[in-house]
Amino acid sequence: MGGKVIPISGNYAVAYAAKAVDVDVVAAYPITPQTAVVEKLAEFVANGELDAEFIHVESEHSALSAVVGASAAGARVFTATSAQGLLLMYEVMHIASTMRLPVVMSIATRAISAPINIWCDHSDFMASSDTGWIMLMALNAQEAHDLTVAAFRIAEDPEVELPVAVGYDGFWVSHTVEPVEVLEKDEALKYAPKRRRQYVLDPERPLTMGSLASPDWYFEFRVQLHDAVERSREVILRAFDEFGKSFGRVYKPVDGYFTDNADLVLISMGSASGTALTYVEEARKSGVRVGLVNIRQFRPFPEEELYKHLEGAGVVAVVDRALNPGSAFVGPLYSDVVLTLFKRGLDIPVLDFVVGLGGRAVTRRDFDEITKRSLAYLGKRMKDIKQHYAFIGVRE
Amino acid sequence: MCQGCGAAIVMRHLLKALGKDVIIAHATGCVEVTTTPYPETAWRVPWIHVAFENAAAVASGIEAAIKALKRKGAIDCSKKVKVVAIGGDGGTVDIGLQALSGMLERGHNVLYVLYDNEAYMNTGIQRSGATPMYAWTTTTPAGRVWRGEWRRKKDIVSIVRAHGVPYVASVNLAYITDFYAKVRKAAEIEGPTFIHAYSPCVPGWRYEPHLTVKIAKLAVQTGIWINYEIEKGVLRVTTPVPKRLPVEEYLKLQGRFGHLTKEEIEAIQRIVDEDVEYINKLVGATVIGPVERRG
Repeated sequence: MGGKVIPISGNYAVAYAAKAVDVDVVAAYPITPQTAVVEKLAEFVANGELDAEFIHVESEHSALSAVVGASAAGARVFTATSAQGLLLMYEVMHIASTMRLPVVMSIATRAISAPINIWCDHSDFMASSDTGWIMLMALNAQEAHDLTVAAFRIAEDPEVELPVAVGYDGFWVSHTVEPVEVLEKDEALKYAPKRRRQYVLDPERPLTMGSLASPDWYFEFRVQLHDAVERSREVILRAFDEFGKSFGRVYKPVDGYFTDNADLVLISMGSASGTALTYVEEARKSGVRVGLVNIRQFRPFPEEELYKHLEGAGVVAVVDRALNPGSAFVGPLYSDVVLTLFKRGLDIPVLDFVVGLGGRAVTRRDFDEITKRSLAYLGKRMKDIKQHYAFIGVRE
Repeated sequence: MCQGCGAAIVMRHLLKALGKDVIIAHATGCVEVTTTPYPETAWRVPWIHVAFENAAAVASGIEAAIKALKRKGAIDCSKKVKVVAIGGDGGTVDIGLQALSGMLERGHNVLYVLYDNEAYMNTGIQRSGATPMYAWTTTTPAGRVWRGEWRRKKDIVSIVRAHGVPYVASVNLAYITDFYAKVRKAAEIEGPTFIHAYSPCVPGWRYEPHLTVKIAKLAVQTGIWINYEIEKGVLRVTTPVPKRLPVEEYLKLQGRFGHLTKEEIEAIQRIVDEDVEYINKLVGATVIGPVERRG
């Protein structure tokens, strides 16, 4: 079990994953901080290490359109992007999911313009959160590699047949070189085998894809998409379970640390969870009863798994790396967390802390401040909070 | 589809010429919406529609998939399958131009068919880059200030040709043997090929449904539409017109030109004369002759 360990960046880790599962068609367009994924894949194809068609598309819109076409024709496909590129793909993202095409895409998360900024936050990832894609977020380069391999198995599962996006933080993960155990082709294909799907474009069995649906039919298509996303919960759990058995690394929809009887549980997603964990471990040593939940599976949102870590908490602090100006929730992750608790009748204070926009570093000091501010609400209820959100690390 | 629809005639003959071993990638438009009302379909060949501006990109992906799957032994290598992209003028010369350029430049083995009805007909007759001079549309109405469209039709064939593709041709449904020969040739040639198909539109051009073929024929006879092909860079006019009819013969049957003055008709005549001269120059002979007024 397991391949060799090599020092590579998050971007390269993703490219190695796409190679390991023997993708047939890659279409991608360069954008910082994702570019190295595409460069590495081009190198693999150029060297004959990967037998794939590499389409040098003229935009991200065409990148996703081309892999949608290739997937419809029965190929295993991969693309990658960030920020503006993801926004340009937005139209086609909805189409890929409702047409039930198992496209896999990696997203090196980045702030969106304006002002133009190439550094990390989750604005791009969050902007695609309601497109019917399964969305996973990797914490480091190893996870980016592993989740990309798992993504193919999940996407192509006959119970699912949905596109999957694997996010990982731009620069913090995409450009950080870490030791990564890279899976070999045979073991990756054993875990995520290829199969000929039932409905593909083939002159032997003509079919029409992407037809016009009137008010008599459209609704059913969308509900079927919803049902498939819901069904994917079980498939993802099985895929993670099987991954652990095959390769020894165990993934879950959420990770909980010190969440039993915690006065405060922090909720974070992406590389900041690593910093948060270091903070939590230190704080625990000095007697602060703080815990942490890392969200790995963002869509479908893992309510049950999350709730188990929150039901004993005094206060919850959501750490958001994106902003929805003018919304009732301000940070997008906050809305999912609040609803998870509200639906289960748990009335504890939930605060939202927006951090690290446009690549601003998120430090242990930030988590310390979040913790202090949050613990002031211990024993209170939701309605006692005057201001639900705060920006951490921003100029006054 | 509307009674007398030019695009319907184009599609019927296009598919007949192509045969069964094709996969179609279709842009959003009249033909797409009218032929695939779920759960029915008019297509007996594999067909996909994704969006408006990306038929060429989707076709690129399908072609790449077939190549990869054949090479890797996942599908039958011996079977020849032609990928065909179809788009209207809006989906091709306007919103889909970038994807088309990418597909042509990368050299995909795809035939792209543009059915040109000279405006956004699916949304109800709005001007596109392919709308001809002085044509009325709902967004270029004829009023006190505007006199219909005031810009010349975008020369899409020259844009396509500039990509150095092996085969480009224009076809007209009133010249059906020429139509079949060109579609078959375009499908057989390896690499990106392009067919520009003239597609009269009854409600958009405002004429009686029974006049579709007559109008199509008049387009060629007046020199407004020229049937030609460009193979390996060499242009050949496939329907020579020794003596042209005046453009008025073509314009007067269509309500979209109903507001034109004598001067405006003369202006259109001058544009057509220029276009004809340009083609004759490229050919190096007078394949399209001068205007001859009917007795």
